[in-house]
Amino acid sequence: MAFQILLNVVLAFLWMFIKVSYDPISFIKGYIFGLLVIFVFRRYSHSRFYLFRLWSFIKLIFIFIKELILSNIAIVKIVLKPKLDMRPAIFAMDTVLTKDWQITLLSSLITLTPGTLVIDVSEDNKTLFIHAMNIGEIEDEINSIKNSFEKAILEVSS
Amino acid sequence: MSVIIDFFIGFFILVGSLFCLIATIGVIRLPDVYTRNHAASKAATLGVMSILLGTFLYFYALEGHFNSRLILGIVFLFMTSPISGHLINRAAYNSGVKLWDKSVRDDLKEYNKKVLEKSSVD
Repeated sequence: MAFQILLNVVLAFLWMFIKVSYDPISFIKGYIFGLLVIFVFRRYSHSRFYLFRLWSFIKLIFIFIKELILSNIAIVKIVLKPKLDMRPAIFAMDTVLTKDWQITLLSSLITLTPGTLVIDVSEDNKTLFIHAMNIGEIEDEINSIKNSFEKAILEVSS
Repeated sequence: MSVIIDFFIGFFILVGSLFCLIATIGVIRLPDVYTRNHAASKAATLGVMSILLGTFLYFYALEGHFNSRLILGIVFLFMTSPISGHLINRAAYNSGVKLWDKSVRDDLKEYNKKVLEKSSVD
């Protein structure tokens, strides 16, 4: 990915030198044409075209905002209910993510969405222990995290 | 046009302060450290975020002043608040604060027991 961006900048400068104009506009033009060139030749590169990765990152942010708002409303409902009848629990979730930054990102996202909070990570980095405010079925809870955040993070890093 | 902007500014700031209020009520009402931490560290995050957004919109639309520090404030809030929430809960758990007596399950207890047994065998 870093190589592709570097190549893109080099192509932009190439464009500037060919056009003999050194203002930011021609840099941007060159960058866009370079992007086109890299897109056409993307099959010869080892990693994925980097705009795809950027796109999946933006998708991750949108998933996160959606979850944030939905679960905040759930918390508000619990807090304002006259009777406290939620069922808090600590459950274990196995994760398929392996790199340190992926696990950090996943646990930050889990903690930021209300209702779930990461308490601990096991020694071998494979299990997250999550405290949930109001637990329904454990399986549903795990599946919803796996299908939203974990999938999106995998897409960003692949 | 400015009526729509006014509406959005008022909406964001009102919703933000409402979330902060509910977070406060939650901290007082909920039964134990873990559930209180849910209310404190997260309902407040969304609340502060919408207040900052409303302030940003106000200065941008009515005064024509693009204040990037408010956006940075939101970014740093998102970076620091999960870590502080995680650390408070982890510290509470490791120093033995009990869960609420109506909690349904505790997977971490079994895991810790297993780790302890293993280390005592070694």
